[in-house]
Amino acid sequence: MTLLSFDWALIIEKLILIVIIVLTTLLITLYTTFGERKVAAILQDRPGPNRAGPFGLLQPLADGLKLIMKEEIIPTSASKWLFILGPGLAMTASLMTSAVIPWGTDVHLFGRTIALQVADVNIGILYIFAVVSMGVYGIMIGGWASNNKFSLMSALRAASQAISYEIAMGLALIALLMTTGSLSLKTIVADQAAGHWWNVVYQPLGFIIFFICAMAECNRTPFDLPEAENELNFGYHQEYSSMKLGFYLFAEYVNMIMSSAIMASMYFGGYDLPFFDETTVAPNIAAMIGVGTLLIKIVLFVFLFMWIRWTIPRFRYDQLMNLGWKTMIPLALFNMLLTGALILAKL
Amino acid sequence: MQTLTNKALAVQRQPMTFWERLYLINIIKGMMITFSHMFKKQPTIRYPEQKREFSPVFRGLHVLNRDEEGRERCTACGLCAVACPAEAITMEAAERMEGEENIYREEKYAAKYEINMLRCIFCGLCEEACPKDAIYLSETFAPANYTRKGFIYDKNDLLIPNPLTNANDYAKAKGVQA
Repeated sequence: MTLLSFDWALIIEKLILIVIIVLTTLLITLYTTFGERKVAAILQDRPGPNRAGPFGLLQPLADGLKLIMKEEIIPTSASKWLFILGPGLAMTASLMTSAVIPWGTDVHLFGRTIALQVADVNIGILYIFAVVSMGVYGIMIGGWASNNKFSLMSALRAASQAISYEIAMGLALIALLMTTGSLSLKTIVADQAAGHWWNVVYQPLGFIIFFICAMAECNRTPFDLPEAENELNFGYHQEYSSMKLGFYLFAEYVNMIMSSAIMASMYFGGYDLPFFDETTVAPNIAAMIGVGTLLIKIVLFVFLFMWIRWTIPRFRYDQLMNLGWKTMIPLALFNMLLTGALILAKL
Repeated sequence: MQTLTNKALAVQRQPMTFWERLYLINIIKGMMITFSHMFKKQPTIRYPEQKREFSPVFRGLHVLNRDEEGRERCTACGLCAVACPAEAITMEAAERMEGEENIYREEKYAAKYEINMLRCIFCGLCEEACPKDAIYLSETFAPANYTRKGFIYDKNDLLIPNPLTNANDYAKAKGVQA
């Protein structure tokens, strides 16, 4: 039985970690939907949902219950398999990103050193790109399988938008990778935690480009053209009902949280709490502080996403394409060249 | 071209400057505006707990009045029903029997008195028509209901509480408007 002679404790440890991360992500997502409504309301001088439970805190549960109780409708002309696969794929792809995010420093439990990261792959950033690109399949398949022209148009929009903005996003990241010299997210975060400055100081332009592209990738307003109600009725999930629709809406919020986590890790020091020396406290406590710090950073980014959503109206499609191809990509290229030149000059 | 008023504004056709074309600055300005709204006072009135204050002349739900001794003032003369432009009021008269003098003020009274609140336009003409000051419009409005039938208010719903036996509720129902 040499096949089974590997470290079983590692498998169990990783499984528990995955379950915890997925469950927490879903829980946070639930409350992000609530937060979205509250933020929207407060920015518009309204109280927002405040009836279900104290301060309306049970509202997301009520929303979820409502979605589950709704009738499950699959259009007769829809391709049934793909129709069901679409929302599942969207949800899976958005959750899979969490695998490479380092949530904190190592924890020491039962004589073991447990890394708070599901997989420390040395191509972490490439992995994120691969998974994020898969997310567009969920939308594309859903729009295609609905057999509805508006859904298809919206899916096409989503696909072309994602492709256009991924280029600029990648170029912005290349500049970042030139300064960090590593593709592993763990190394990137550890470097920022050990050094004095976060990457955003070295890559301000790169961060702005990455942030705008992340918004476009998440289909958030001003880039939520796939969901443009007035021209496409409802977008790619027009034919969806019940929890399948819920999955699409949920996946959007999971995406938002994940891109916030990635931005926090790559540009804002991840789990690093500024002006605080982690070595002065016990390693387990330091790890917990790290997790808390990362969560706060994620919440701040999510708030920024919402804040922008409730401030700016949606782009027109030609404006979106112009911004993507004629502004973002040249800017990202310029940023890349500038970074390269500065690195060369220093040497 | 000569303009009719001096209010006309010439359209600015000059191209945007670099900073304007960047949009980011204006977006941040806009975000500051929305952010400032976080600290503004909300005009919302949280309805079931809080209620809007109405002016004393507000015309809300009808109340059938009693006199100081707790006797019903209405004599079922039907003038309110005649005055009603929406034909929302129905009534049936009955004669007062021996021993009912402490319930009804005059020899005739309304055995049945119904107002259909779905028809009512709350114009207050019934109040003006009433010679006995028996009906007036209060400062509350009709609450929501599950059925249409629930909006037909009968005497039980309309009659003011008895000032002798239930002085508190009477004063409450009476409100500011005497």
